[in-house]
Parts: sequence; C-alpha cells; structure tokens
Amino acid sequence: MEGQLPGVLADPTQLHEPIDLRGTTLEVLEPLTRGMVTIRIAERILAKAREDGLIGGPVHLGVGQEGVAVGVSALLRKTDRIFGAHRSHSHVLALGSSPRKLFAEILGKDTGLSRGMGGSMHLWDEPNGFMGSVPIVAGTVPLAVGAAHAERMKGTDNIGVSYLGDGACEEGAVHESMNLARMLNAPVIFVVENNLFSSHMFIDLRQPSNMTARFAEAHRIPFEIVDGNDVLAVKEASERLVAAARRGDGPGFLEAVTYRWYGHVDFREDIDVGVARSAKDVANWRARDPIGRLARAMAAAGFWSESDQQALEGEVRLALESDWEEALGDPYPEESALMDRVYSAGRTRG
Amino acid sequence: MSQMTSYSYGTAMRAAFEYLLENYPEVFIIGQGLWSPWYVGNTMTELEKKFGKERVIDTPVSELACTGAAVGAGLSGMKPIVVHPRLDFMLYGLDAVVNQAAKWSHMFGGQASPNVTIRGIINRGGEQGAQHSQALHAWFAHIPGLRVVTPATVADARDLMIASVLSPSPVMFIDDRWLYDLEDELPPVQELDLATIGPARLRQGDDVTLIGSGYSTQLALEAADALADRGISADVVDLRVLNPFHPTEIVASVRRTGRLMVLDGGWRTCGMAGEVIASVTERVAPAEFKASPVRVTLPDAPAPTSRVLEAIYYPRLEDIVAAASILCAPGSA
Ligand SMILES: Cc1ncc(C[n+]2csc(CCOP(=O)(O)OP(=O)(O)O)c2C)c(N)n1
Repeated sequence: MEGQLPGVLADPTQLHEPIDLRGTTLEVLEPLTRGMVTIRIAERILAKAREDGLIGGPVHLGVGQEGVAVGVSALLRKTDRIFGAHRSHSHVLALGSSPRKLFAEILGKDTGLSRGMGGSMHLWDEPNGFMGSVPIVAGTVPLAVGAAHAERMKGTDNIGVSYLGDGACEEGAVHESMNLARMLNAPVIFVVENNLFSSHMFIDLRQPSNMTARFAEAHRIPFEIVDGNDVLAVKEASERLVAAARRGDGPGFLEAVTYRWYGHVDFREDIDVGVARSAKDVANWRARDPIGRLARAMAAAGFWSESDQQALEGEVRLALESDWEEALGDPYPEESALMDRVYSAGRTRG
Repeated sequence: MSQMTSYSYGTAMRAAFEYLLENYPEVFIIGQGLWSPWYVGNTMTELEKKFGKERVIDTPVSELACTGAAVGAGLSGMKPIVVHPRLDFMLYGLDAVVNQAAKWSHMFGGQASPNVTIRGIINRGGEQGAQHSQALHAWFAHIPGLRVVTPATVADARDLMIASVLSPSPVMFIDDRWLYDLEDELPPVQELDLATIGPARLRQGDDVTLIGSGYSTQLALEAADALADRGISADVVDLRVLNPFHPTEIVASVRRTGRLMVLDGGWRTCGMAGEVIASVTERVAPAEFKASPVRVTLPDAPAPTSRVLEAIYYPRLEDIVAAASILCAPGSA
C-alpha cells in the first residue's frame, strides 16, 4: 500500500485539467455544480462578514473543499445519521440545510440551526440528517459509530457518516472507533477530508505517510482514495461504500484528498503562519478548483456554456445575499435561553 | 527597583520557559501549536528557534499520547512540560493525569513520582462556545496527588511555572489567556519550592475578604479599587495553589473582616468557591461572621456563543461591586 500513497493526488501541480465526465448527464451534473457553488458563495459571504467584523466568533472555511461534501451527500438520505466537526458549513449545506438558518446560527440568532446557541462550530439539522458538529477534534467520530449501530439495531438500512480531517486521524478516539465499528459491523462511513493540514502544520510534519487510508486497512475496513476536487470521483466512490454499508457489510472509509484555500480559521490565507504552506501551493491548488474543473468539462462536453455557469452563480449569489440580509435582522435568543436550554425536562417515552 | 524590568503576564511566562530551558537540560516542552503564533499567545514565541525543535516540540493532534508520554518521560528523569492550548482539548488526556500521574507516588510507596508539568490554558469569550471556554480548575483540584497552580500575577506567571517544573510532583498549571496582557515589574527569578506556596494577600483591608484565583484575582483587585471609592476597604487574597489547599491565610483574613466573598471563573456547583467557603466556615465560628459568605461564579450552564448570552454569562465588575456593597451594608447578615 505504501506504493499507492496519494502521490499525484497530493501534488498541487497536477490535476488542473477539466474532470472526466465519464458519460454522465446534465441532470446529474447540474445539482452537483449548484451544490458546490452554493457552498462556495455562502462561505465567501461569511469570510467577508468575518473580515468586516459582523461575525463575532471564529469561522472555519472550507473554500476549495466543496467537492467532498457534495459528492458524498448525493448518496445520503434525510434519515441517515451524519456528524461533522469544526469545518462543517459544507456538510450541512450539501444536505440541503437552509443557508439562512446557517447564517443566522453563525450570527448567534434564535432562528439559527442551533437556535443561536452554537455558532459556526456547533451545527445541528436533524431533519436533514445532520446530527451535530463540534470543534473537539474527533469528538463526534465515536458518536457516528453509535448512531450507525443504532440504525442497524432498529433494522433500518440507514447509515452513519463521520466527517473528519487528516488531523483528526491522529486522535486515539478515531482508531478505537474504527476498530469498534468493524467489530460491530456498524454501517458507518468515515469520510476523511485530507486537506493535508492540521491548523498550521503540514501532514508530513505530523504523520509518517500522507495517506490516512492506511488506518482503515489496519482495521480491515474497505477504503477508497479519491481526488476530493473531483466531485464525480467522490460520488462514485461513495456509491460503492454506501451501498455496501446499506447492504449490511459494515463500515467503509473514504479518503478524499483536497485543500483549503483559506487558512485554518477565518478569511486569511495563513501563508505566513503555515508550517509548509506557501503562496505557490495555494495558487496551484486554486488552479485545481473543483468547481472550475467541472464547469470547464461541462462546457467542453456541450452541456453548459460559460455564461450558463455565470448565470447559475449569479442566481445563487442573489438568493444567498438576501438570506444573509434577512439573517442579520433576525432576533437573538432571549436571555432565559442561557439556563432554560441546559437540561431537557420531563421523561423520555419508555 | 533598578533590577526590575517591565513584563506582561505572557512574556513573563515565556521568561520562565527560557530560564528553565537554559538552566535545566532535562526540561523539554511538548504540545500543540508550539511553532505557531496562534495557540499560546505570546507565552512561547520562537522558543523553538532558540532551543531547537527537539526541546520545543509541536505535535500531532494527540492529547492522550502526548500527556501520557510526558508522564513517562517525567518518570525517566526528564522534566517535561506538556502544553494544552485549551483546557477543553486536554480532556482526551485525563487518564494520564488522573489515574496515572496523580496516583503514582502513593501507589508505589512514595518511591517514584513523575515530575511532569501539565499546562492547560483557559480561554473564554469571543463567541467560541461550550467546548472552547471551560475553566476546569476545580475538577483538577479534587484529585489528591496533583498539585494545581493558578497564577494571577506577572511574577507568579514566571516563578510558579519554574516552581512547578522543579517540583517532583505532577503539577497541573492553569493559566488564563485573559491575563496575558497584564503588565507589571518583574524582579529577578526566584526558584521557589512549590510545596511551601500558599495563598497570598495582595491587598490589605478591614471590611471584607475577597478571594480569587487566576483571572478572578484580577477581578477582585479591580473590585477592591471600586469598593475603596465607596469607602469599603477590601482584603484581597489570591489562592495561587488550589491543591493542596491551605486556608490558613484566608481564615485569618475572614476573622478580621467578618465578611467573605469568593470570586471564581468556574461553575458554581461543586466548584472552588464552594470549597473555599466550606473550608472557612469549618474553622470560623458563625458568631464571627458579620454576614453570610457570598460567591460569585459562572451560572451552571455551558458557555453560550451568542453575544447577547455571553454578555450575561461572565461575572462583570459592576455585579461584583454591587454584591460586595450589599454584603458590607449594615445589617446584611
Ligand atoms: C481535541 C482537540 N485538539 C485540538 C484542537 C485544535 N484544533 C482545532 S481544528 C484542528 C486541526 C484539525 O485538523 P483536521 O482534522 O485535519 O481538520 P481541518 O482543520 O484540516 O479541516 C486543531 C488541532 C481541537 N479543537 N480539539
């Protein structure tokens, strides 16, 4: 396996060409494009608002990584159990969460996904399958295993999804969770967004290999390694893993190699503080844009012209800007929420 | 005065690391973000450049392994400092702290002790919420065998860090980002024996005893200033070391003032403020109190993110001053 290190996948000078459409149709591609564009523009709005001081708390942006959540979510149902982490705007938006509610949450408004109690790092949207995201690195990974196991016990063919990063793979909780998932045969997919960084540090400074799928092999979990900036590759690999999990074959592991254009947190690129993050790498990765590569492929195949792409982007931007304006005007939680939401009252049904 | 130099709490702490790395080859520092300007404020800037990346180690996201490894290195003759940029993140490493390090001396007949220093930083506010804001000092103070140090002043930031690293016992050193910009003069380094360090009176007064630790001590000092304007003179005592806890100084103060108010940046239930009040009321007869003791703490709720809720979550100076004024009003018992 050492021979199959991400190699070309982790090389920013490679894979700049349009992606291979593999005989897909516009019906398949349009929602994927729209999904990625929505995430991109929503996060750009957040970056700007954070820069302008309209957002008080930190925002961890995933601009450049849109292909992963969009590709995976194409296979998910609202009854699946999906967990995220600190960089989860893409995860909720790809599941169909309301951008207005996401914005409201990040502004600390009562109308937000978590009723204004959590902000950017603590998102919840169970009606769309999203069980929660938290910033303790790897904190939700065992929870996803348990939720997936619960679905199995209940006899459904719903699955669990755990989004995590290459950095999270360094936590013991991840390794225990993978072993447990294997032994329980829990239908959970571990989706590693390997963006090669953990805050300021490049993966080579933290791990002896830049491929995290080696951990899946250790736990006898079937895995796929894909170009995370190729939404179709992510989708196809997810199709195989998700089908196996729904069928009862137990856990799966997807490693999607990608890159974040912004730094660890907020709107800066962090070239100055990144250990092994250079302006040249960022520029090369921008050239590997998951949205641009798909748009160019669609244009070349005659599905889509550049102006169609621009029209889509304009339409999405208009809608998101109006969501943002509305969220700005939304009310904050009442002061009583501080104490009222600590415990749930009553008793659960026996 | 001529030997004194002005420092901030953060740069004083950096001076401690510099002193330790220079004078003790067994000292090394391991933790997340040590090569980054983000994680630990100005407390460790460029130490890796001066002492090398073998003695100042930035790590994978592996709190459990790093804490346990530091305990092991401490058992093998080194004096490691493991840094957790937020107390919240080190919870993965609790077994190494609570089950291993704290118990080691006792379990093995006092024949071995890991002289590890575990630095956990409290960071609050900034709309970061429940998992980035926890002041868990009271938890650690509950564990026998673990010394818990919470410096509140610029000199203590340096000298208590040095004392912690030179202490043969495991030490949980808890510093607070809200203090990093505090400025003061810094006398020459003192190598203190941590086992002899107890609470310190930072200000003399006769009407009320204000107790704090860490950032709360600074709030107590500010409150004392505000109370002085109202004609109330406050005795301010800084706990400094939460475990083992020595209440003698506090008891003496309360006997004099007859009034006790404890400020704590932790939660109320089973917290440090409750412990201080219990320790005093066990030793001071009810008749010696002019009023019932009071505690000002966080409400028993996780930290919210929304700015409107953050604004009512953290104790504010005016609330403290108002509560102290009521406590000191005639007939308030
Ligand atoms: C337990 C814990 N340790 C450390 C941190 C600080 N931290 C926040 S995000 C992060 C990097 C995680 O990297 P990765 O999992 O690769 O996700 P990415 O940020 O690259 O999306 C770290 C170290 C934390 N939030 N929780």
